[in-house]
Formats: sequence, structure tokens, C-alpha cells
Amino acid sequence: MSFDKERFKSPYSFLFGSMNLRTKTLLIISLVGLILFAIVVNSLFINVDNITTNFSIKNSQPSLQHPFGTDWMGRDMFIRTMKGLGLSVIIGAMASILSTMIAIFLALSSTLGKYFDHCVSGVTNLFLSIPHILLIILISISLGGGIIGVVVGVSLTHWIPLTRVLRAEIKQINTSTYVKLSKNFGRTKWWIAKNHLLPLLIPQIVLGTILIFPHAIMHEASVTFLGFGLSPHEPAIGIILSESMKYLSNGAWWLAFFPGLSLLIIVLLFDLIGDNLQRLLDPTQANE
Amino acid sequence: MSKNRNNSDDDIIEVPKTLLNVSNISISFFQYTQGLRKTVLNVVEDLDLDVHEGEIVAILGSSGSGKSLLAHAILGILPGNSLLKGEMIYDGKILDQKLKEELRGDEISLIPQSVDSLDPLMKVGGQVIGDIEDEKEREEKRKEMIKIFKNYDLREDVIDLYPFQLSGGMARRVLFSTSMINDPKLIIADEPTPGLDEKSLEETLNYLKIMANEGKGVILITHDIQAAVKVSDKIAIFYSGYVIEINETKNFSGNGDKLLHPYTRALYKALPQNGFQLFEGTQPMNIDIQDKCIYYDRCSQSVEKCGHSNPDLVEVDDGIKIRCHVVRKI
Amino acid sequence: MVELKANKIGFRYGGTKKWILKNLSISLKDNQVKGLIGESGGGKSTLCKILAGYEGNFEGELKIDKLNTNDSKFNQVQLIFQHPERTMNPKWKMKQSLDESWEVSDDILEKFGIKKSWLNRWPNELSGGELQRFSIIRALNPKTKFLIADEITTMLDAVTQVQIWKLLLSMAKERKIGILVVSHDKELVNEICDEVVYLDDINHDIKYNL
Repeated sequence: MSFDKERFKSPYSFLFGSMNLRTKTLLIISLVGLILFAIVVNSLFINVDNITTNFSIKNSQPSLQHPFGTDWMGRDMFIRTMKGLGLSVIIGAMASILSTMIAIFLALSSTLGKYFDHCVSGVTNLFLSIPHILLIILISISLGGGIIGVVVGVSLTHWIPLTRVLRAEIKQINTSTYVKLSKNFGRTKWWIAKNHLLPLLIPQIVLGTILIFPHAIMHEASVTFLGFGLSPHEPAIGIILSESMKYLSNGAWWLAFFPGLSLLIIVLLFDLIGDNLQRLLDPTQANE
Repeated sequence: MSKNRNNSDDDIIEVPKTLLNVSNISISFFQYTQGLRKTVLNVVEDLDLDVHEGEIVAILGSSGSGKSLLAHAILGILPGNSLLKGEMIYDGKILDQKLKEELRGDEISLIPQSVDSLDPLMKVGGQVIGDIEDEKEREEKRKEMIKIFKNYDLREDVIDLYPFQLSGGMARRVLFSTSMINDPKLIIADEPTPGLDEKSLEETLNYLKIMANEGKGVILITHDIQAAVKVSDKIAIFYSGYVIEINETKNFSGNGDKLLHPYTRALYKALPQNGFQLFEGTQPMNIDIQDKCIYYDRCSQSVEKCGHSNPDLVEVDDGIKIRCHVVRKI
Repeated sequence: MVELKANKIGFRYGGTKKWILKNLSISLKDNQVKGLIGESGGGKSTLCKILAGYEGNFEGELKIDKLNTNDSKFNQVQLIFQHPERTMNPKWKMKQSLDESWEVSDDILEKFGIKKSWLNRWPNELSGGELQRFSIIRALNPKTKFLIADEITTMLDAVTQVQIWKLLLSMAKERKIGILVVSHDKELVNEICDEVVYLDDINHDIKYNL
């Protein structure tokens, strides 16, 4: 009758030993969260003016002093990259929070009536049919580029999946027997929204916001890289990458490689948080 | 607790062959309860069961008592957070996960609980035959299907209908046909009868009888004692994850004198036609059970021993088994 | 005496032509236990939903005599379902689900054999029989005058069935609550009801051709 521990061991048991999956998940989330937080805080303390130009060490390969090498003006690429990543995370945060707000607003308005619901699904389908990147560029240009242009552009294109999830979820909860029974007990619509709907939606909203993050960061970088996003004097990863293009043919591979890799790692870290959070919130998976 | 029964019995050749032999099966789950705490739930404990060819064995238990899990265990479709222990022998071979996957839907088939399991977007014919590439094979299956449809009172034109065009009764018959298409040897029917009116119930049970008459072994999982009594040869009573009694169906008659376990008697006498008698107490979930007889708290004939050890399932007569310290013979 | 009356009820699903209920009249007095027997898929559940106010799109008239229905939003006709697990928010503990209807005294909990520790459990930690006890208590709000019991013990074992019905019948008598027992089980209905009607007899305008 005893519980056979061996059989339940997860394939990742070498990582955190005997900890159970939920503890591990929480640990991963807080660790990754800490790293991201550190990047943002760190970048706030880097003053762009302090990235000194020093032509005597221009275009030097990665070394212990300059782990990511230096550029054609002798600036340390590690510091530039760190500053750029911080900016990316901040822009990603703004864009995903804005996107989430749009998604919540649209999902809630779809419950107001048949007409509203049709409108919401119409707008959703319209945005689905236009390629992301094109729309971001258009919006960004029409708002004059810069941080505002990119943030608005990215947020206006990333609310779609979350809206659909929330809309479906609300529909399902609203047609459930327990909500109908609640009405029969004389509970008001407001009471039901507060006590039945909201607690069930909050996990979805949190998860949705985090899952938008990596997309927002990637899109911000690509639009900026193409020259339709942040202005060239912002220390953004997209700018660093597009500048490096000119020097790549001279063999300065580190100018693109390290900033690109760092961006990829940041995106993967967010993905990791999202995945783990999903596992934590979804009971069927959490028990695996 | 491990016993290697049946090994010696196998030398004596009985006429109906043992199709499935389940011994010492236990199924447990682990679950996150509060925050980061992980608990283990034992849902099925120490289960023994034999199914012979041409026999209908009913597994009778209340909802949530874990009886459906046995079906999932035999089919090898238990969820990832579960642990299965014990031994199953199918047709002389050890039934492991690999063999289960091979036999599932082929030699062992499931009749699902609800007609909702039909695909609403697929015509009946396609669902019954399944996905077969080979032209010739498909034609053969089609002929087979028409033959089966005849057995289950379905007209041939049902083949081209969609599930929503079927009445409830027809949909149920289609489900039965689907489970029969690969000529299985063992059929597991998971609660095929709840909420059916008398006519549909008779009809459904009749189809199970047809299957058994064709020499197939049928496991009927149900909470409906009347359905079990009407159709089965043997009834296993499930209580809090334990089989407490396996008895022949013919003993579920008269005033229930031939039933052994006090709970089985209570169950029988609680039927409206047998007195609608009240018995207090609830069936404990497995997490509540300590080291005592699972029926101890409700039992009126318990002795001192029942308070500190849970009895084993003991065979008292040919195929009749009971888990009780007090009742030991008929 | 209070009476629940449904006159000439007609129902068909939105957009379809086929009537499920037509010209159906049924009444229930507050001291009555009435049985309703019908075939599976014959519209029993639909009738239950109409009587308890879950389905508003029907023809005909539904009224409760000699009772002002406007003094509270709480529906005096409560429906108890076949599947109690669907009537509970899965993320609520049982205590919260009970409180949603009314403040239940320890007395009543004890009467229904509900242990204090169950109140702190999630719905998926209780068996069908235990959950059905909770859903019945929820329906027994002091304001309730009529109960529609739609196959409430169909999913339960015979022992639990007896327990639940004996309890419910004694509570109903005490509080003068009328019960409509909807079931496919003739034996059960004959055992517990004062009067039995067949859906086919009162829904006579519908002819089935299955």
C-alpha cells in the first residue's frame, strides 16, 4: 500500500533533487523573474553618456575586459547590450500590459449582448487577417515612431489570442449550471461577475500578459531593426543589430552575435516563466 | 499481501476459458492539495477479478468509488499522475502497457458512458469503420458493419447520417456497433444505462446479452443494481475502492438471504421494490480510511478484530468471494 | 395553500420547428409529493427548467397562486439537478457554495450527515452522494416553496438513494414544500409519491415517431 516514489520521479530530477514539481516550478519562476528584474534595474543605472568612445580599442574581439567585444567607436558592447535589453524588457512590459487591457475590455464588452459580441469577433478576425509586422510598422510610422509608436503598434496587434481565450472562458462560465443556479438564488449580475467570473479569469489574465511578453520584445526589436521603430540614438537591441550589419562583412561577428543571443535568451526566459506558470495554474497538467 | 492464486487451478481445464484475470490491482493518484503539498490518493485497492468467455461480470459501485478507473487500467488509459500496481493476465499473456495499446479498440473495446462521444462532424459509417486506408479492407469492414447493424436493429441508411440526426436510442446502438466492429473478445461497458427509461434500459441490456451469447466477455461497470441484476452472471460489489463481495447474480433475489456482506444486503434491501430500507452512514473516501475494516463504522455485526485490521478478499465457494472477518461461509 | 401552476406550456428550441412540449398543464401544491415519469429524451428536463425559471422562452403561463413573487429575487421554485458536481463552482470550497444560498445552521448539516470537515473541501474531493446532500441543502433555503427534483438520485447507489429521499421528504413535510419527483424509475416514484403523472399523458399533443 505504500507509495512508490521511484516511479514518480520526473526526468528533471537531477536539477533540483527530490523537490516536488510545484516547488520546482515556483523556484524556476522566481529565479527567472529575478534575472529579468536585475537586467531592468541594471540598465536603469547605465548612463548612455558613460559608454565612452575609445578609438584605441575599436573593433576589438571579445576578451576578458570586454566580454562582448567593442564596436567601431571602441564602445563596450556588453554594456550597450545590457542597456538595450533593459529597454526591451521595459517596452515589452508596457506593450503587454496595454495589450492585456485591450483584451480584457474587448472580452468584457462581448458579454454585453449579441451585437457587441459580433463586433468583437469581427474586429478580432480583421486583425487576425493582417500580418503582424506590417500592422506594427504602419501604426508605428503613423504615430511618428519612437517608443510611443512601437509600444502602441505592438499592443494594438497582440491582444488577439488573450481576447479569444477570455471571451471563450467567460462564455463557458456564464453558461455553466452553477452560474445559472446563482441567478436562481437571486444573486445579481454584478455579484456573479465578482465572485464567479473574476477569480476564474485572473489566472488566465496573468498568464496571458506574460505570454505576450516574448512576442512584444521580438516584434519591437525587428521593427526597430528595419528602421521603423525606435530612433537611432536609443540604445535598443534592434538599433545595435542594424548598425552591426555594416561591419559584419569585415569580420566583426561579435557585434551581432552577442546582442542577438542575449535577446534570444531573454525571450526564452519569458517563455520559460509562461510555461511554468501555465503548469502551475492548470491543475490537469500540474498533477503530471 | 501478494498471493499467486490460480496458477494451480489452471491445470484443471474448465469449459469457459478465463479471458481476463486481474489480481492485486491497486491504483493510486498523487495530487497537489494545498499549495505545495503533494498527497497520494489510493483509489482502488487490492482488486481481484476474473472474466470468462461468454460471461457478463458487473462491477457495482457508487459514483466516485473508482470503478471506472479499473476500465481505464485495463485499457491502459490512466492519466499521468496515477500509479498502477498488480498483475493482469489477458488470454494467458501478461497484460502490460504495450499489449494494452495493441489490443485497445481491437480485442478489448470500450463502450463509452455517453453518446456524446460520437464525433458530431462525421457520418456514422465513417465513425464505425474507423480510419482505414486500404480500399479492399474498408469494403470488408463495411460489409461487417452492415451485418452488425442488423444485429442492433439499425437500418442500413443510418450509415449516411450524422450523429445529430439520430435519436438517443439509435445513437446508443451506433456506439455499441462501433465497439463491435473489430470483433473484440472483451468488452467493457462503462455506465451504459444511467437515466434510461425502462424500454431503453431493456434494449441496452439485451445488446449486452447478445454480446455474451457470442462468446465475448463483458465487464459492465455500473452503479445501478437493477441493471446489474437483470443482465449479469456475476456481480462484484465495490465499496470505497475495495471489492467487498463477488457473488453470483442469481443470489440477488428473494429477500437477499444468500448475499454475504452486510453492505450488499443493505444495497439490496434499499431498492424500492425490496422495502426501501434506510441504512445510515456514508461511504468513506479512501483518504479517510485507517487500519480497520472499511465498513467498520457502519457495520452492525462487527467484532473486536474488525476495528484494527482490514480483511482480505477470501473465496468461500466456487467463484464467490467476500471481504469480511465475520461472514466466512454461505 | 400555495400552488404552482403551469398552463398550456409549449416549448421548442430556438429556430427549430419541432415542438418538444405542447399544451402541457401541470400543477403542484405545497404539501404534495408528485411524481412525473417519462421516457429518456421526452422533454422531462426541459419542463423542469421551465418550471424553475431556467428557461424563459416558452409559451403558456407559469404562476404561483396566492404568493407575491416580487418581494425577493430568490426563486421560490428551486431545481435540484442530476449532476450535483455541475452546480458547484469548482474553485470554491463547499462552505462558500453553501453560503451562496443561505446561512445553514449546524443543526441541518448534522441532520444531513454532513461532517464539519467537508465544509473545507473542494467539490472534487467529495463523492456524488455527498455533493447531492449539499445541493439539496442549498435548495432548501427558507424562502423555497417548491422543489423540482430532476433525476436527483439516478447517479447514486441504492443505499444513498434511500437516505437522501427519506431526509428530503421529512424536511419538505416540516416546511410545507411541494416536490415534483421527476424520474424514469417507476418503482422509486411509486414508493415516495402521493400522486404520479406520466409525461406522455399530459404532453399529449406531441406524438413521437422515433
